[in-house]
Amino acid sequence: MSDQARAAGEGVSRRRLLTGAATLATTMIAADLLLVAPAAARAPGEAASAKNRWGLLIDLAKVDAKVCDACVAACQKENGWTSHGNTHDPQWMRRIDLKDNASGRQVTLPMMCQHCANPPCVDVCPTTASFKRPDGIVLVDRHLCIGCRYCMMACPYKARSFVFHAVEGQMYHAPRGKGTVEACTLCVHRIDAGRDPVCVETANALKPGAMMFGDLNDKASAISRKVSQAAVTRVRRDLGLEPGVLYQGL
Amino acid sequence: MTELTFREIEGRSISYWAWLGVLGVFALAGMGSFAYIEFAGHGVTGMTNQFVWCLGHVISIFMILSGVGAFVIAAAGTVFNRSVYKPLAPLAGLIAVALLMGGLAVTGFDLGRPDRLTLAMTNVNLTSTLSSNIMRYQGFIGLVLIYLWLLMDWRYARWMKPVAIIAFLWSLSVSTGVGLEFAFLVAREAYDAAVMAPLMVASSFMYGTAVVLLVVSVAFRVLGRPLGEKIINRLKRLLALFVAVGAYMVFVHYLTMLYGAEHRDMVAFLLVHGGAVTLTFWIGQVLCGLVLPLILFYAPAFSRSEPAILTGAALVLIGGLAHMYVVLIGGQAFPLDLFPGFAASSSFGDGAIGSFQPTLVEMLFAALSIPIAGILVSLGIKFFRFLPESLADEVVDPHHKTA
Repeated sequence: MSDQARAAGEGVSRRRLLTGAATLATTMIAADLLLVAPAAARAPGEAASAKNRWGLLIDLAKVDAKVCDACVAACQKENGWTSHGNTHDPQWMRRIDLKDNASGRQVTLPMMCQHCANPPCVDVCPTTASFKRPDGIVLVDRHLCIGCRYCMMACPYKARSFVFHAVEGQMYHAPRGKGTVEACTLCVHRIDAGRDPVCVETANALKPGAMMFGDLNDKASAISRKVSQAAVTRVRRDLGLEPGVLYQGL
Repeated sequence: MTELTFREIEGRSISYWAWLGVLGVFALAGMGSFAYIEFAGHGVTGMTNQFVWCLGHVISIFMILSGVGAFVIAAAGTVFNRSVYKPLAPLAGLIAVALLMGGLAVTGFDLGRPDRLTLAMTNVNLTSTLSSNIMRYQGFIGLVLIYLWLLMDWRYARWMKPVAIIAFLWSLSVSTGVGLEFAFLVAREAYDAAVMAPLMVASSFMYGTAVVLLVVSVAFRVLGRPLGEKIINRLKRLLALFVAVGAYMVFVHYLTMLYGAEHRDMVAFLLVHGGAVTLTFWIGQVLCGLVLPLILFYAPAFSRSEPAILTGAALVLIGGLAHMYVVLIGGQAFPLDLFPGFAASSSFGDGAIGSFQPTLVEMLFAALSIPIAGILVSLGIKFFRFLPESLADEVVDPHHKTA
């Protein structure tokens, strides 16, 4: 390479270097803002491990009614349930509007199964249909559920629904059945495939950084780092259930 | 003293078959309702995602508690050497089993998937009160049946007392278990209290004794068998004591809830502005179930009158149903407080008082436990020697002196 060409190349590379650095910085900031920490897919047949503790962090500064409603709609489409606001309709996920009695401050948040470390639904289930996977995801085995609804009585979050009528249009990955109880699965089928829950994907597409999914056991994960730095809270923390869903800004 | 003998009823009269027919009609209506709910789904009942345990649970838990309480009378003669109750032991044992089976039938049929009921016996969860209660129910029925057999087969009389003591202790564990089913619901303000367990034990004594008193009185009058006032008065005194203890438990329950500021809104809802729930509490549970019976049992003007005693016993049962309604429906109507200090609203009833509207099919279904228990008792006294030939004072009391 001639000196002239090298000089020209150096000029170009300096410009490219600055542009590249800016792009890289933007990408890193965006990645950090998106706070997406894709889970590694498990190999077929590999059991869920207690090494992981899957959790969600919801930033209420970025979540509004629009984001909540979009998450609920995405959850319905992903898992094949519908709700028209009827008291018999299931709600795996719902939007709750809150108003502080003292200050009048208003907050909107999504509420779903909190995937507790000490889930009361699992404790009370008479047939072990309600169970917690080693990685912290709380599920209902539809083949064991007898529809006694004791888990619905025990859940502090009103996160479970009863199926009142015959269901149609079920998803292969989210079986449902009349007479049984159901709730948010944390999109376990997506997690096992190394993807984020659909609500996280939807919320972040609308408001980057609104929801974060990741491994709370991995101290190096984005969610763990965020949880260790920000003021996060668990709903009804006083009950000692250690939910896997955390809220920031409540 | 006249010798105590037991004899089956003839059971051939028109009135007997008419009685069975009436019970059969209600049983068929209940079974038809069950089939309809099973086919159409629980959406045809008043149940919602807010009210998940409804009329079926109101009546079935009442029946289970009544059955457990009835066993007190069955065991009193053997366990506590109260010989005056010995003539009632077989009948009270039969009533205990019948009430429990009636209640359990509705509990089982009320499941979303009753076809999977056996899973509750094959997939036991030891941390579940419901799971352990299912074992308690089965054990209780088994122990009472053994006790009934021992009462009738004197070859093994030496086993009677040990079995009666075990069955009595077991019965306490059943009613305690029913209370714990609620007490362990930590997030439900109306239930999360240890007093729920002794409250249910006291309630079971109340309801069970009232049922035995009514059945004995009605059966002996209808059958024309001698019935002295001594046994009725003893049952009345026992029932009055249980009602007083029950009233105390209810008082303590609400007092403890009122003390903590966090529960005051919920208690205000139940006691002041809960609409049908508040009315049911004051008129049904307190007035009918506690105050009026205590007046009828203790006021000198009524306390020796058999109609007044029977009215008091019937009121105790009405109060018991009201109690279960307030506990179950009232407790679920008040919303879960997920965010203390915030006013919450959502499309899922968060922050809102729920409104329970039962349907006719649900009422017929829930009432099924009553004809089931009635038929079992009616057939039991026809085929087995459960009923004494006489409950005249000289039969009941060995020291009775005729005037």
